[in-house]
Amino acid sequence: MMLQIENLHAQIGENEILRGVNLEVAAGEVHAIMGPNGSGKSTLANVLAGHEAYDITGTVLFEGEDLLALSPEDRAAAGVFLAFQHPVEIPGVGNLYFLRTALNSVRRQRGLGELDVMGFLALARERMKLVEMDESFMSRSVNEDFSGGEKKRNEILQMTVLEPKLAILDETDSGLDIDALRIVAGGVNALRGPDRALVVITHHQRLLDYIVPDQVHVMAGGRIVRSGDKHLALELEAHGYADLGQEVASDRSASVGATP
Amino acid sequence: MTGVSDDVREFVSQQYQYGFSTDLDTDVVPKGLNEDVIRLISAKKHEPDWLLEWRLRAYRYWITLEEPHWQNVHYGPIDYQDIIYYAAPKPKPELASLDEVDPELRTMFDKLGISLAEQERLSGVAVDAIVDSVSVATTFKQKLADVGVIFCSFSEAVQNHPELVRPYLGSVVPYRDNYFATLNSAVFTDGSFCFIPKGVHCPMELSTYFRINAADTGQFERTLIVAEEGADVSYLEGCTAPMRDNNQLHAAVVELVALEGARIKYSTVQNWYPGDAEGRGGIYNFVTKRGKCAGANSRISWTQVETGSAITWKYPGVILQGDNSVGEFYSVALTANHQQADTGTKMIHIGKNTHSTIVSKAISAGHGQNTYRGLVKTLRSAEGARNHTRCDSLLLGSDSGAHTFPYIEVKHPSAQVEHEASTSKISEDQLFYCRQRGISEEDAVSMIVNGFCREVFKELPMEFAVEAQRLLSVSLEGSVG
Ligand SMILES: Nc1ncnc2c1ncn2[C@@H]1O[C@H](COP(=O)(O)OP(=O)(O)OP(=O)(O)O)[C@@H](O)[C@H]1O
Ligand SMILES: [Mg+2]
Repeated sequence: MMLQIENLHAQIGENEILRGVNLEVAAGEVHAIMGPNGSGKSTLANVLAGHEAYDITGTVLFEGEDLLALSPEDRAAAGVFLAFQHPVEIPGVGNLYFLRTALNSVRRQRGLGELDVMGFLALARERMKLVEMDESFMSRSVNEDFSGGEKKRNEILQMTVLEPKLAILDETDSGLDIDALRIVAGGVNALRGPDRALVVITHHQRLLDYIVPDQVHVMAGGRIVRSGDKHLALELEAHGYADLGQEVASDRSASVGATP
Repeated sequence: MTGVSDDVREFVSQQYQYGFSTDLDTDVVPKGLNEDVIRLISAKKHEPDWLLEWRLRAYRYWITLEEPHWQNVHYGPIDYQDIIYYAAPKPKPELASLDEVDPELRTMFDKLGISLAEQERLSGVAVDAIVDSVSVATTFKQKLADVGVIFCSFSEAVQNHPELVRPYLGSVVPYRDNYFATLNSAVFTDGSFCFIPKGVHCPMELSTYFRINAADTGQFERTLIVAEEGADVSYLEGCTAPMRDNNQLHAAVVELVALEGARIKYSTVQNWYPGDAEGRGGIYNFVTKRGKCAGANSRISWTQVETGSAITWKYPGVILQGDNSVGEFYSVALTANHQQADTGTKMIHIGKNTHSTIVSKAISAGHGQNTYRGLVKTLRSAEGARNHTRCDSLLLGSDSGAHTFPYIEVKHPSAQVEHEASTSKISEDQLFYCRQRGISEEDAVSMIVNGFCREVFKELPMEFAVEAQRLLSVSLEGSVG
């Protein structure tokens, strides 16, 4: 099993956001996570990536190792990638420079040699083509003044360069136009393989037409309350979360109530 | 939560890598200051009478002054009688070539990463290396002489080109300017002199490495750069000082004169010993730097990267006298541990349609205190004057501080003066983003800080920009975790 999450709790102060998440993702699989706003999807992604803001209990194993014991950078080196819901801007730091620094840090940690400038450029160009990103973005500062969709595309570019084992995409489809959605999905699918797994957080069934999931989970009130195959997404699209019954509704109000 | 803003309590200092001292056979004047010491310095340097007179006038004025304490820095009393005012490496016979330079000295430069031989052969940068008070080696003289550029030590200029030195000495920073400038005028020992004649574009970057070597030597250099009509020059100054327990005073004066249509670009990367983690030792850097755009359409730019010194107190400024002249000030100041910096600029608009730009980036880490103090003054004559000022501060850790004191005096109604300021902490979201991509926290901090400074770094000549980034990263090492 690539990722095993057992009874995962996360809180900030008195606010318990994750309240017993259980999830297993095998290599080669694609899992979609859906669920109402504020249900804890991004929090789960952050906790898996190593954000230090939370008090955490429970276990998370990544390829059998204790993921929670690792620093964020060590998790990245181990092959965990998070495409952020809100990618940050880093003024003055060139996009290409950032990408090369990231790749070489990860390669060093993985015991591979650093890529020299030419080797890196060749790789970056090829991946930029894959996500149809213009080279002019490379000389700009990381995400600075990028449009919402451009930021998301930049996340996917980083992902295709860093070649993670486990990629978590947090609403990467939000704010994308139809063409961009197709392109991003193309980038994601190019990365799919028997050794890799994907966790796709989304509000839209549409994305799952392009990236077909093996399993769909519904998160509500900090728990996964329902799991099924890709038809579950279609069902949610048609009927909303209300149809999932009492459990979601009550969890939802609990979660909203806990929001400061 | 353990983000950097809470985490960065202590800024653990990187061992100062230039902290060694070289055993040169040094010729020193006894400690203390009086007229006899000044006469002795002047005599040792075979100076003409007018210069000795000028020194003495400055000294007699200086003894009537009180040390200023208005700046936002704190330091123990300086005993001016406990300072050695002159220390020169014992003069060697005339050098026929660089190979004859004292091997000890060569080794020292090698440790500093400035190999003169290398510089001469490879870099196309002319280096005037100053050890303590006397310039010991000057390279590239010939190539510069071919186009009429004079680049030599101040002492040599006094001997060989007194007619060029005399009219400009004190013309931008008069000996009565301020306490430390007055002291410098009385006791200055050496420095650099550059003269770029009419219409000449200096064919290479001119570079000086200053270095304080003998213990307890106050260093008082004086630099004078004159660009005649239409001339153009870029000058680089880099500084290091070895580790000492006693604070050392450094009170330099730099004067720049740009005649009509001339351009002078003066870049400084300064990493003098800042003192240890508890704030012991380190250099007191009290410097007066000023340029005068004397002619119309002239331009003077100051770019400085300050990562060293225990205390820095300097305001490179520009007097915009010629119509349409332009003054620029780009600054990065990093204070860590117990370092204090009170720095900024003065832009004095006198001519019509004069423009000035100020970009200041201050980074404070540990207990570092960073103060920006800037004066923009437009006189009644300065019709159409314009200034744009941006001061950004970045704080690492909760014990550091940033302060901004802009002073604006506008005497002409058509003048436009704009001031923008921002203070930010290094963002945890930015750090997390970098770390998620595999970049260590330390590298991420250095990357974000370098990004914050990019606007200034891009003003530096290429090789200096690389050096500045490296220095900043080294100075930030241990600032997180
Ligand atoms: N730093 C924080 N401090 C306090 N509460 C927080 C913090 N971060 C998240 N929360 C709360 O935790 C809950 C879950 O937030 P999260 O961002 O994980 O939701 P989400 O499922 O990703 O929602 P969306 O679909 O809107 O992106 C929300 O109620 C949010 O307000
Ligand atoms: Mg979210």
